[in-house]
Amino acid sequence: MHPAPSIIVFTTLSGLGYGLAAILGLGLLDPSLTLTKVAHVLALLMIAIGLLSSTLHLGNPQRAWRALSQWRSSWLSREGVMAILTFLPLLWSAWASVIESRYLVLPGLLGTVLAGVTVYCTAMIYASLKSVQAWHTPLTPLCYLLFAAAGGSLLGAFFAMAGRNSGLFLLLLALLFTIAAWVVKIAWRRNMDGLVPLSTPETATGLGNIGRVRLFERPHMTENYLTREMGFRIARKHAVKLRRLALLLGGLLPAALVFMLLVTTVAGAGGGLAAILAMTLAVISHIIGMLAERWLFFAEARHAVMNYYGG
Amino acid sequence: MKSTLRVALSKPVADEVRKTTCYMCACRCGINVHIKDGKIRYIEGNRDHPVNKGVLCAKGSAGIMQHYAPARLRAPLLRTGPRGSGEFKEISWDEALTLAADWLGRVRESDPKKLAFFTGRDQSQSLTGFWAQQYGTPNYAAHGGFCSVNMAAAGIMTIGGAFWEFGAPDWDRTRLFVMFGVAEDHDSNPLKMGIAKVKKNGARFISVNPVRTGYSAVADNWIGIRPGTDGLLILAVVHELLKARKIDVDYLVRYSNAPWLVIDAPGTAEHGLFARDADGKPLIFETVTERPVAEGTRGARPALSGRFQLDDGRFAVPSFQLLAEKYLDPQYAPEAVSGETGIAPEIIRGLAAEIARVAFEETISIDQPWTDMHGERHESYIGRPVSFHAMRGLSAHSNGFQTARALHMLQVLIGAVDCPGAFRFEPPYPKPVEAHPTPHGRAEHFGSNKPLSGPHLGFPRGPEDMLIDAEGRPNRIDKAFSWDAPFAVHGAMHMVIANAHAGDPYPVDVLFLYMANMAWNSSMNTAGVIRMLEDKDPATGDYKIPKIIYSDAYASETVAYADLVLPDTTYLERHDCISLLDRPISEPDAVQDAIRWPVIEPDRDVRGFQTVLLDLAARLKLNGFVDQRGKALYKDYADYIVRHERRPGIGPLAGFRGVNGDRTGRGAANPDQLKRYIENGSFFSAHIPMEAQFFKHANKAYQDFAVKMGFFDQPKPVTFQLYQESLQKFRLSAEGVREPKAPETHRQRILDTFSPLPDWYRPFEEAAVDREKFPYHAITQRPAAMYHSWGSMNAWLRQIHTRNPLYVPGPICDEMGLADGDWIWVISHHGRIKVEIARSDAVNRDTIWTWNAIGKRKGAWALDQDAPEARKGFLMNHLIHELLPPKGDGLRWSNSDPVTGQAAWYDLRVRIEKAEPAEISEPHFATVAEPGRTHVEVEQLRYGQEWAK
Amino acid sequence: MTLLPALPTPKKLGLVIDLDVCVGCHACVVNCKEWNTGGYGSALSDQAPYGADVSGAWLNRVHTFEVVPEGGEIVGEAGEARIVHFPKSCLHCEDAPCVTVCPTGASYKRAEDGIVLVDEDMCIGCGLCAWACPYGAREMDLAAGVMKKCTLCIDRIYNETMEEADRQPACVRTCPANARHFGDFSDPQSAVSIMTMERGGMDLMPEQGTRPVNKYLPPRPRKSLAAGAPLMPLAENTDGAKGFFAWLDGVLERI
Repeated sequence: MHPAPSIIVFTTLSGLGYGLAAILGLGLLDPSLTLTKVAHVLALLMIAIGLLSSTLHLGNPQRAWRALSQWRSSWLSREGVMAILTFLPLLWSAWASVIESRYLVLPGLLGTVLAGVTVYCTAMIYASLKSVQAWHTPLTPLCYLLFAAAGGSLLGAFFAMAGRNSGLFLLLLALLFTIAAWVVKIAWRRNMDGLVPLSTPETATGLGNIGRVRLFERPHMTENYLTREMGFRIARKHAVKLRRLALLLGGLLPAALVFMLLVTTVAGAGGGLAAILAMTLAVISHIIGMLAERWLFFAEARHAVMNYYGG
Repeated sequence: MKSTLRVALSKPVADEVRKTTCYMCACRCGINVHIKDGKIRYIEGNRDHPVNKGVLCAKGSAGIMQHYAPARLRAPLLRTGPRGSGEFKEISWDEALTLAADWLGRVRESDPKKLAFFTGRDQSQSLTGFWAQQYGTPNYAAHGGFCSVNMAAAGIMTIGGAFWEFGAPDWDRTRLFVMFGVAEDHDSNPLKMGIAKVKKNGARFISVNPVRTGYSAVADNWIGIRPGTDGLLILAVVHELLKARKIDVDYLVRYSNAPWLVIDAPGTAEHGLFARDADGKPLIFETVTERPVAEGTRGARPALSGRFQLDDGRFAVPSFQLLAEKYLDPQYAPEAVSGETGIAPEIIRGLAAEIARVAFEETISIDQPWTDMHGERHESYIGRPVSFHAMRGLSAHSNGFQTARALHMLQVLIGAVDCPGAFRFEPPYPKPVEAHPTPHGRAEHFGSNKPLSGPHLGFPRGPEDMLIDAEGRPNRIDKAFSWDAPFAVHGAMHMVIANAHAGDPYPVDVLFLYMANMAWNSSMNTAGVIRMLEDKDPATGDYKIPKIIYSDAYASETVAYADLVLPDTTYLERHDCISLLDRPISEPDAVQDAIRWPVIEPDRDVRGFQTVLLDLAARLKLNGFVDQRGKALYKDYADYIVRHERRPGIGPLAGFRGVNGDRTGRGAANPDQLKRYIENGSFFSAHIPMEAQFFKHANKAYQDFAVKMGFFDQPKPVTFQLYQESLQKFRLSAEGVREPKAPETHRQRILDTFSPLPDWYRPFEEAAVDREKFPYHAITQRPAAMYHSWGSMNAWLRQIHTRNPLYVPGPICDEMGLADGDWIWVISHHGRIKVEIARSDAVNRDTIWTWNAIGKRKGAWALDQDAPEARKGFLMNHLIHELLPPKGDGLRWSNSDPVTGQAAWYDLRVRIEKAEPAEISEPHFATVAEPGRTHVEVEQLRYGQEWAK
Repeated sequence: MTLLPALPTPKKLGLVIDLDVCVGCHACVVNCKEWNTGGYGSALSDQAPYGADVSGAWLNRVHTFEVVPEGGEIVGEAGEARIVHFPKSCLHCEDAPCVTVCPTGASYKRAEDGIVLVDEDMCIGCGLCAWACPYGAREMDLAAGVMKKCTLCIDRIYNETMEEADRQPACVRTCPANARHFGDFSDPQSAVSIMTMERGGMDLMPEQGTRPVNKYLPPRPRKSLAAGAPLMPLAENTDGAKGFFAWLDGVLERI
């Protein structure tokens, strides 16, 4: 699948945004601190930018409002509806923190739950597509949820530490979620790598009974919408490199830093500029890693239609 | 919401439907052009039209994009830059025609042969030929010489007709259809419809073709033959049929020259010719009275074998004896030809068995009494339902004439010509050679300011009819009808530029071309031809070919080489007539012709070429085009179509003749004729009575019908000429025993290739080069969605074939480690090209191939300069030379069939070498400027958007 | 509504495509383009029509496959590989995933005849339906930013301004090889149903669970030529030309 920047930015940023919002909704950060207020605003911004970015690839964005209508069948519609619903408690919580320096349990917890549901809907847009076999697994929403949680807790920990809170619990959460997310992600990759293709050129043409089927000529010589959208191919060696990079930056490095911070915090030597810098590094590294991970999520997935295009 | 409410279901398609004839290829299907707001909304096949019955191919369906293509020429052009630059200035029609008439008038006065007038795929040869004849140059032909003259000449000389425009399989009744090397862009809709019928009826379809694309892909059996060996395969089938006695003896006796006696007098001027009586009638040996009598003698029972003494004491044998002896020879056994053809003996045997089985065990009968030319009444039509079809794959070889003859012989041997279920003639065919003129063009046939004394093209009956001077040198610029190619009945257009450039046999002053992309895909040795067109005489500083006039509708590569460009209209803006005098569209059951008319008015300063030709004729005051006072007889082509009469009562169109429009075939000109055609869907069809529909070559009712229709003035039955006497006359000339004697240089070649019985010899190029050094064949296939080079300026069609990979057989890929996207050098004795490859498994093991004419020159056809057609597309033509490799006799022989001069496109032999990856194929050429206007970038097309709600 | 019709549609309109006779001529492809670019919805645009990266929106395309048997049936007479031309357009699936994923309701399956359509006025051009379709039946029009797909020529098949005989999809009407047939699959007596039954009409990618309406007829089994070789009768007298002429004289006697 074509790794469209708008979609990569969307899933990455909205994942982080909802993750952070969910952490904020748990009330783990002091609502009166300026940094917490910044965190609220940042979460909303990331969600908003993510959603806006997702409309960039629309052919007719002015009609995007129509996408709210088909929640009964469409995960994309559900995501849209949930995104808007989620804004209500998130804005409420943000208002409470930013203006009133308060944490409100009801909108907070509601926000956390709805953020999770929204991320789940996003993931289900992909996971529901039988035509993209790599995505069509319950591991896909689990990955999305855990990555959102990992990113959210990393950001939460960052804000906690930057606000001179110990952030011990958040660090612990970040470590656990990061590890969990990558454990699941690796399982997801294994699943993808081990897939026996559901559809093949033989089933796509129904000609399997007379032999091995190979594309001889495409219908049209040049690329078309379908091959541009779904015919993206990444060389194996590049994929391997990128996979390592994603794991290193998105998982190992942040986890190692968080672990160090945890140890130093528990040892009572936590805090200080170095710790904040380390936490900053962990967050940035995670974000870059996530961009790579999302890029691969699309780039490595093979669409069934490529059985007709020799891909 | 009810979903019906969301869609407008009954929107009228357009404001008006105009019915005309397609010209996206040469099929000539009927089309309905839907016009909306003065624009073309939609083009579909005309259901009532006999050619396509409503269907329409990809090309026809892309007519909109052809009509509105930016590559259309917009006004007459006069060259301003050097040839090939594409630099022109627009001039008025009056300036253009004055200039052309001046050039042509001077030549006509001084030396008319210095005009070479050659037309491409124009479908108006009846007018262009007549024009050239009235002008008086001997140098006229259309494109048949580089197309399929082998097929046409062999067919007409053997059975009085050939495939495609002269006949078709009896699709509804055939039980076995065998097809040899047919381009997917020729006669394409009727073939597709026919193949579908064959398959639906459960009949068998066998395709013989090195490449298994298109029609071959759906064949029940595919014989992936080695190019150039089809003749050997056919003769092996003949061998098997003779051996198994599976021939139709009765049919042979009735309809062929099998019983005709051939004089057996070696060393004399009549050896191998038919024994004739005092009236010149061929003799047969009558077995009851045991004496030679004239063929056609009532009640005679002829011998087919034996050796008989004639009244003059000489001996003679029935030609069939020679035939049987020749093909029963073990050299034609399946085992003996298997190596050369690449086909296993059991497959050849299986093919022969299937032909025999269907012909003799699935015989069909139609209960319709009919009477033959001897007055004998038959109660029914007996059909041997085996049909054949062949085109260029078989004929574009230097042995193509003999191969096509072999195929027709096979048809006759099993009694499968014009009977139910077999190949059937389409009127005005069959037409025996005697009904065709002999060629004209010898010095005594023309002169200053006078017409040629007869038609340019025809069939020589022997060496005496050739167009050569007393020294044996060719009279024509293309050397047609000379010792080089005595039966070049379509001329040899592919030799014109090379010969004119070399001044051999003489230079020309004006080269006048219509609709033939000679500076690109229609020439062998394209780069060489380009150099010839650009080459100047150092003495005078003039171009070696001093003046070139070219007419085309589009900015093709050749436009850049013209000095004067006469822009033609698109096919939807013009009058045309698809005439029985030209290339007919009849069906076996019906006589048909058709017209085109301007369904859209031109929005540019362009004129139909035929109208321009009439204007020039009037300016030159050519006989037949002006009255006694020198005033033009015809206002335009439409006027000519209606009022011109070739013979009294016979005009370009056969339908709606007579003052009331109720006469068919013969009749006075009808001023409302075109109107009547348009009302009838732009075609005319007259059914042949059932008692005249089969065995037309010998059917009295048909012959009478043909006379009534005006094809002939008296019946012209055909006796199938299995043994070809005219070829034997050339052999006698080559032996030096008969006048005119062949030049020493040509004797061996004639003896080797002019066998009076169909023969096979190795194609010249393959015989001339080292087969180890050039181990593979390289051929092109015609894609179904493109017609020659016309299609790349079409925004829809070019998406299907934007570039052409070279397809390499899987085994060669595996051997050389080649994969899709690799680049290779393809090297022939003449040149090398560097191209991108793709793998192909369904192909003859020794044959690499590509799609024809996809490669374009940079700047031509109004394509962007980085268009894939110009970057990665390529022509095979660069590898093919118009001359054969030197063989040390000091002569350079044309790369053509020695009998007909047909260009031997498919004789090419090559080797391949792996090359460095690249982005641009080689050779590539300097960019040509777009003629006559500034380039307008079209970023996006949204055709029809104004009609979206 | 992007929910699929709850009940089986009373009519199931669709196409039968006969792979045994399709010669890959692209007639259906181009005729579809020319009909639909001025018909239902916005034009089918082409980008860089005369440029390097020419491409456009098409509702029907013909793919070409090479099929090489692996120890299976040997086809062809000089080799084993064969070429199969493969036209492909929307299959109007009964369980059309492209419909249910549509967030706006632009994609829908008509309750009366099962035709899957896009209401372009509602389409936001998100492309998700094209992702959901395993067949590549939907292509975005880059100029209009809406999804285009085969409509089964809904503006022809019910068009009362047309002659009855023309009320069929443009691709079917134009196909020179008679490889395309249009009809109602819910009627077991319809020509398409009968053809499907008799010829073993098949679904593409049945494993995707889409239940396509369009059916493909597989190439008919083929009989080898070589197998027929022994059927050739042996000559009555194999003594070369002499034997032949003896036979010939006998035949001439009988005529």
